[in-house]
Amino acid sequence: MIKKIFFQSIFFGFLFFKGAFAAESGGMPQLNPEFWISQIFWLILTFGTMYVVLSKFILPKISNNLESRKSQILENIEAAEKQREDSEAKLKEYDEIILKSKSEAKTMFNQTREKVLKDIMAKKEVLDQQIDDEINKAEKEIEVLRVSAPDKINKIAIETSSELLEKLIGSGVNSSSISAIVDDLSKRNGDKYYGN
Amino acid sequence: MAANPMSQFDVYRIGPEIKVGAFDISFTNASLFMIISTVSILLVFNFGSKRNSVLPNKMQLLAELSYTFVAKMISDTAGSKAKPYFAFIFSLFMFVLFCNMFGMIPYTFTVTSHIIVTFILASFIFIGVTIIGFIKHGFGYLKLFVPSGVPAVLLPLIVVIEIISYLSRPISLSVRLFANMMAGHTMMKVFGGFVISLGLVGGWLPLSFSVALTGLEILVAFLQAYVFAILTCIYLNDALNLHH
Repeated sequence: MIKKIFFQSIFFGFLFFKGAFAAESGGMPQLNPEFWISQIFWLILTFGTMYVVLSKFILPKISNNLESRKSQILENIEAAEKQREDSEAKLKEYDEIILKSKSEAKTMFNQTREKVLKDIMAKKEVLDQQIDDEINKAEKEIEVLRVSAPDKINKIAIETSSELLEKLIGSGVNSSSISAIVDDLSKRNGDKYYGN
Repeated sequence: MAANPMSQFDVYRIGPEIKVGAFDISFTNASLFMIISTVSILLVFNFGSKRNSVLPNKMQLLAELSYTFVAKMISDTAGSKAKPYFAFIFSLFMFVLFCNMFGMIPYTFTVTSHIIVTFILASFIFIGVTIIGFIKHGFGYLKLFVPSGVPAVLLPLIVVIEIISYLSRPISLSVRLFANMMAGHTMMKVFGGFVISLGLVGGWLPLSFSVALTGLEILVAFLQAYVFAILTCIYLNDALNLHH
């Protein structure tokens, strides 16, 4: 039902519009040939003029502008590229210089170190020699002292013991027998204390 | 006048009647808008090409973008052989585009909504493309009507269909542009009439419709100019690079 009304209204609306057009004018103005020749004439005139001006004057200029801009941009890019390469080369050079000076510094440092070490070694040897000499000297002195020490001790021991005996006993004792005993003792003790 | 949605397409004489022989070439509103369109095209592109700075100003950018747009369109569809015809296709595209766009301003006249204008343009393209095809390939251009790889039995039928489709090119090209422009403008006029007749109470709906239609029509105006130009490129491609 609703569908039927819808289609009918469309149909009547169409009829109404058609009637309105038919009443006011003879359909589409486009199909009225009164001004066709005029339109063709003016179309050819305007379009032709526009085409000639565009193709002869304006489009070559635009194309030229585009080309020159493109080439300029390309040139600039090329120049930038070149400068970049230059700076890269310079950077490389700089790196090389730095590396070279670094290795130079290292060798210099090593050389100096060796030299200093050598000096130190030489001085140390000299010092060692001196120290050894002094030690030897001291040892010799000690040896001399050690050799002479027991005799002196024995002598003192004999003297003190003879004096003690004199005071204890009241008469002199044969010093030779005392010295024999002291010698004997000192030999034993000497083995004990000085033995090496 | 306002009641009839077709009255916007009326052509009327401006100034006196000019007659050359039997032909009436009077200056009309259609002529006026053709002149307005061409003069504005020339002005825009003249100012757009005057100075050449590395950073283009707005006019220069507009001109150069249009140039590259059309150039790309041609090279994509017709290849590098179509370069000599660049100026023609550029003028064609710009003319149709500006006529369509000027028609979108209220109370103006749309040049391209007349079948005779679009038909003259389309038939000029048709005749030109046919002549180019025969000059480039001689009678070999007729091979366009004989597609390769078709069984011999079907060949007579196919050839007839191909010839009819070739001959209907100017008609389809012209009617497409004319009908699109006419239909769009008529529809806008009809909805505009509804706004008036429904008044303050019910006029808001057709008004919003009208606003939306305006946007759509601007799109159609551009699109039809593009389609017109790209179909010209395709026809040109057939004539320049024959392969079927």
